[in-house]
Amino acid sequence: MIPALFTHVPVTTVKEASDALMHYGDDAKLLAGGHSLLPLMKLRLATPAVLIDIARISDLRGIREDKNKLVVGALTTHEQIENSPLISKYVPLIGAAAKLVGDPQVRNRGTIGGSVAHGDAASDLSVALFAANASFVATGPKGVRVISAVDFFLGFWTTALNQDDVLTEIHIPFAQTPNWSYQKFTSRSQDWAVVSVAVSGSNIILGAMGEIPLRAAKCEEAIASGADLEQASNFADEGTSPSSDTRASADYRRHLAKVLVFDALTEAKQRP
Amino acid sequence: MTVVRIKLNGVPQQHEVEDRTLLIHYIRENARLTGAHIGCDTSNCGACTVLLNGKAVKSCTVLAVQAQDEEVTTVEGLSGDFNGLSPVQEGFRQQHGLQCGYCTPGMVMASTALLRENPNPNEDDIRHALEGNICRCTGYEMIVNSVRWAAENGGGK
Repeated sequence: MIPALFTHVPVTTVKEASDALMHYGDDAKLLAGGHSLLPLMKLRLATPAVLIDIARISDLRGIREDKNKLVVGALTTHEQIENSPLISKYVPLIGAAAKLVGDPQVRNRGTIGGSVAHGDAASDLSVALFAANASFVATGPKGVRVISAVDFFLGFWTTALNQDDVLTEIHIPFAQTPNWSYQKFTSRSQDWAVVSVAVSGSNIILGAMGEIPLRAAKCEEAIASGADLEQASNFADEGTSPSSDTRASADYRRHLAKVLVFDALTEAKQRP
Repeated sequence: MTVVRIKLNGVPQQHEVEDRTLLIHYIRENARLTGAHIGCDTSNCGACTVLLNGKAVKSCTVLAVQAQDEEVTTVEGLSGDFNGLSPVQEGFRQQHGLQCGYCTPGMVMASTALLRENPNPNEDDIRHALEGNICRCTGYEMIVNSVRWAAENGGGK
């Protein structure tokens, strides 16, 4: 399978990327690692006329400490996150989720920015970042915006990023709790999640249970009002709208959500 | 069209290709090295695995233009003391790590990348490192043994 014809436009600064997005308009897409976009283009589900290649913007790569948070450049690969001492020290949940993305070859190319900008509800990092209260920094023609996870995921493959925005950084506050867990159920080792759950403190976030990563609000309330983990996890699928597809039926996903939330809460509680 | 320069197995290549050309097609059709295979063409099977600046990648999901001025190693770029075969290649020979052989170039490259990062992997490490490589003859047991053999006989050269 070969993508439809397009023109490759490499850029080396965020300014150049932003200018190119304005110049080409709706015909253009940003290319980072390409591990969400290129498969879509090979299937001709996406046929952008221009790919603005941001992979060589060196400012957007790497992980640094900034007061009480980590600043992760959008071009940082899953492999770099998985092996980062800063991530494992301050937000181990994110490292655990990154380690379960695809397979080693995918993690060597795929980027955190590409993964969240793609807006897939089953994305390991999107679910984990939501639970970690991360926020997303977008640079557009009118300046820089910081978007919280609650406001970032809008719908099926749709985020709060505008067509002329460049996602530059992800901000992850240092975890205030040792109680975290990431649970992912797949039918094959390298696959997307059938259902996933990220727990960080009182946050319980579900993957692949709707069009976007969803908060298991009823579970969170139950825990807060003193329910035991088993009682609370029975509410896991309330307010969700899982789809039936080739991976699983909606009913099976509802069942899995309860099981995985229980497992996640149990593991989170057991951590020192 | 873009002129793409890649150092392929140490040899500088320069070919003018369509921007949509995938790295695997550049390697096979422009540079005429047919060691790396196209299997699923959907970044699942790993038959197209090559090293891009030392990291294992699926070359069916990388554009040739993304590898501009970079270094790529295919199975043809490996060599060693076993009649010219690398320890991983010889390991697959000694331990019968292949049946039809179609997945083998990808398995060999992913295993080579593993041994360069972790010279002494246990079975679990090997299985996780090869998660992105599918063998339809299901010879995984022997593939794991092949990688262990290589770890004990020279590693990821």
